[in-house]
Amino acid sequence: MALLKKKKPRVMPEIPASSLADIAFLLLVFFLVVTTIDADSGIGLVLPPPPEENVEPPEVRERNMLKILVNASGMILINERPASIQDVKNRVMEFVDNNGVDENLSVNPRAAIVSIKTDRQTPYEIYIDMLDEVRGAYKQLRDAVAMQRAGVPYDIYKGRQERAGEEDEVKEIYPMNVSIAEPDKGTGN
Amino acid sequence: MAFNKKNANTKQEIPTTSMPDIVFILLTFFMVTTVLRTTDLQIRVDLTRATNIEKIEQKRLISYVYVGPEKLEGNQIGDTKVQIDDVLIDNMTFIRRIMYDKLVEQPKLIVSLRVDRESEMGAVTDVQQELRQAGTLQINYSTRRQQ
Repeated sequence: MALLKKKKPRVMPEIPASSLADIAFLLLVFFLVVTTIDADSGIGLVLPPPPEENVEPPEVRERNMLKILVNASGMILINERPASIQDVKNRVMEFVDNNGVDENLSVNPRAAIVSIKTDRQTPYEIYIDMLDEVRGAYKQLRDAVAMQRAGVPYDIYKGRQERAGEEDEVKEIYPMNVSIAEPDKGTGN
Repeated sequence: MAFNKKNANTKQEIPTTSMPDIVFILLTFFMVTTVLRTTDLQIRVDLTRATNIEKIEQKRLISYVYVGPEKLEGNQIGDTKVQIDDVLIDNMTFIRRIMYDKLVEQPKLIVSLRVDRESEMGAVTDVQQELRQAGTLQINYSTRRQQ
């Protein structure tokens, strides 16, 4: 009897497992937060609506249009003159921010249009590089104004205005009027 | 009385300490085995890089159009083709109808053009002309951030 009684109170030794759930949960949350489903990034553009027959496209004064052509061999021509890719940014900034000073350049940034034309054989990569430069020009102009008004770069300014539900004045000053020119007909491969 | 004695000191509880482990293992198993369905690319799309790019936050607005050289057997590449969803487009005018249908479903549609870096503008221009006809004017040239 004495022997049997002694054996009974023995308890199985247990590992404290109460925090295991927390550890697992923490791990899960960590990986959920760290994993990013890659968002799409790129250069946004708005295509012109299809041309209507019998309707003439609106007249644009010559000086308000900066024509950039990327030809079949990947050469860049700004207003029919050859230019290098590094020039594009400065040329666009000069053109947009002219405010009527030079009579060959735009009257004001709102009227300024950057017209982009490509050939069928134009390498896509150069086209994108060129678009990137044009965007860079606008970004610099917008950043400058945003700095002046709010003391922050345009990206942050834009976010603030959006959250506050106010109008984006910087965008109004420098609207990005990039237009894709009508491709030539009959220049098939 | 003899009956009572039998049950006296037996515990009736199921041990639940390993429950979290089981749940966690199940969860991990399903997380690992689940594959998010992606389009099967039949063409090569190696994106270009750019600096001044923007992120599109609303992923559900995006519809992809792929342009690039067709992948052939044995690591060969063929002519430049256009792919939407899982199919190669033979006739460019199909793009118009496909995109128009998508636009009706999602009026704020953004078409993301994922174009191989070695393509020529001809195919891109053709796609753009079709998109204009379809009325899907918001486009986005997909690029990666310059390192």
